[in-house]
Amino acid sequence: MISRRDFLQVSMAASALIGASGFGNWSKLAAQQALTQDDLLDFDTFGNVSLIHVTDIHAQLKPIYFREPEINIGVGPNKGEVPHITGADFRKMYGIEDGSPSHYALTYNDFSALAREYGRVGGLDRVATVVKAIRAARPDALLLDGGDTWHGSYTCYHTEGQDMVNVMNALKPDAMTFHWEFTLGQDRVRELVEGLPYDALGQNIFDAMWDEPAAEFKPYEFYERGGVKIAVIGQAFPYMPIANPGWMFPDYSFGIRDENMQQMVDEVRSQGAELVVCLSHNGFDVDKKMAGVVKGIDVILSGHTHDALPEPVLVGDTIIIASGSNGKFVSRVDLDVRDGQMMGFRHKLIPIFSDVIEPDADMTALIDEQRAPYQAELDEVIGTTDELLYRRGNFNGTWDDLICNALLSERDAEIAMSPGVRWGPSLIPGDEITRDDIWNVTSMTYGEAYRTEMTGEFIKVILEDVADNIFNPDPYYQQGGDMVRIGGMGYSIDISKPQGERISDMTLLSTGEPIDPARNYVVAGWASVNEGTEGPQIWDVVESHIRKQGTVTLEPNTSVKVSGV
Amino acid sequence: MDFTRRETLVIGGATAVAVTLPMPAMASAVDEKINEFTGGADVAEGGVELDAPEIAENGNTVPIEVSAEGASAIMVLAAGNPTPGVATFNFGPLAGAQRAKTRIRLAGTQDVVAVAKMADGSFAKTQKTVKVTIGGCGG
Repeated sequence: MISRRDFLQVSMAASALIGASGFGNWSKLAAQQALTQDDLLDFDTFGNVSLIHVTDIHAQLKPIYFREPEINIGVGPNKGEVPHITGADFRKMYGIEDGSPSHYALTYNDFSALAREYGRVGGLDRVATVVKAIRAARPDALLLDGGDTWHGSYTCYHTEGQDMVNVMNALKPDAMTFHWEFTLGQDRVRELVEGLPYDALGQNIFDAMWDEPAAEFKPYEFYERGGVKIAVIGQAFPYMPIANPGWMFPDYSFGIRDENMQQMVDEVRSQGAELVVCLSHNGFDVDKKMAGVVKGIDVILSGHTHDALPEPVLVGDTIIIASGSNGKFVSRVDLDVRDGQMMGFRHKLIPIFSDVIEPDADMTALIDEQRAPYQAELDEVIGTTDELLYRRGNFNGTWDDLICNALLSERDAEIAMSPGVRWGPSLIPGDEITRDDIWNVTSMTYGEAYRTEMTGEFIKVILEDVADNIFNPDPYYQQGGDMVRIGGMGYSIDISKPQGERISDMTLLSTGEPIDPARNYVVAGWASVNEGTEGPQIWDVVESHIRKQGTVTLEPNTSVKVSGV
Repeated sequence: MDFTRRETLVIGGATAVAVTLPMPAMASAVDEKINEFTGGADVAEGGVELDAPEIAENGNTVPIEVSAEGASAIMVLAAGNPTPGVATFNFGPLAGAQRAKTRIRLAGTQDVVAVAKMADGSFAKTQKTVKVTIGGCGG
């Protein structure tokens, strides 16, 4: 009888997609014909340069479940374009068979059933095995980390990012860029960056006072690999002081700064760069626009919006690679660079199926060492879930429904608000909920759960403001998060309208009455960017709520009506 | 009510930013300023470089830079501010470059407008929308 592991090995290799090479004849058809029977880690080494991309790991050291979004709406030039295609449409587009490993890895349907079949994904000890295998084929492959690495777990919070630095150091990346790292506070970021044995890059990290490039972060670095002079230019998250608390890193300013990006590209080209790689935390739609504005970038390794795409997206002569999040995927990009030009590429998005890929023993030991001092706290079971708990989706996710319920009952509020972040793994029905799991979806350095009063008018202003950060048709005005999640209140949203006109029919669910613009409502929320926010930590609020529930059940959330899609 | 003074202040601060949305009524004040600057002459679109962030990190101090080769003066307006006039930079014949950089205060999301008077007496104009947002929900 064929073992479960053998079965997975074969069927996944069959559906893992290998991008075709060569400009001009690149097409989806060619990519599908290039499907091989080779096993998952096998890759027909190509050209003279290999790039390995990991991004948005959010401190997930151990294997997890991660459900991809059902609702991920594109607007303006990105309406109906990847990554804004989900579910069956996504599978059809890439020729993915229903029920296949790629279905499980890349789409949301039948998630709980497939999760039981295929198991957890990620785990940095499995990632280490993949990286080692690629380096065995190409010893001088470049490993690039797109950031959001030093954030998102119990141990990362308590060690102020040290656990992730220790583990990533063992993976030996060549460079990284940044986003949530800055929420550790600028002093801690500087301390960690100073000790990094690899490059900390960001052409858009500026000194806030002088509006000049910040001294601690290089805009780019050169690497000589396979006889090719490669320039890697960093692009940190552009809207850090807006989307996250700017008071935690007051010395720094960010922004897209695409004019400076063009200058950097011209500068590295004039210094002899034959291949220009941008290691970006812009988010996918911003990267697509930037690829059209800035000339001369060969490869953009895209992060921030957590999209996983089995093929690169081409904009002019630039290829954009999206490598998912939470340690679920590793991208390998092989390039043929000759005469100072990228002549072709071969790409593979490698899903990290934790039951298929053998963990690297040294890395497992190192990870366990980071977690050992906290093991008892991590493993404590707080409750169980009858629901699939997930976060991704433009308007809600069951984890946030649960968090909003916790805020409403524990903080005695009429309305709850939970930030539209995209990190946080999933749990499947029947799973125990440990403290580790709760922190994976709540951990941050500004997790205070405030309780305050807001007028109906001000609540609408907040919804309109956040909606425009997602649905503004110009990607440069988007911040790459999802809609703020609302508990206790329903609303309608027409995403095609301009700011100020999208939100209507705001209704207080407890009474069924329309929200009165002039009345004050008691609102509980968390993750305020304002300095001095007071309240208990959100993970304590959620833990207390789950303890009282014992077994978590949720009503289906139908409180947001969406139109204008 | 479990409600501290500090929380009130925090929310109050956010409100001040949020409710000052761009007002179309200001358009006439902007046109007036431009007319005053140009003496009613035609204004061509483009020909002035205006560098400003897409989304302001802090609406109270937004860095902007204007330049127009050969210009004798560049006027900067914040179209949505209660008083749209920001500054007019004059460049003498010995100026090495017609370029100026400063920080401005924006009451809310609005267009920043730059109008340049060129050496030949013609006028050029460009504008850019700068968003001022509450923020706080990036992923």
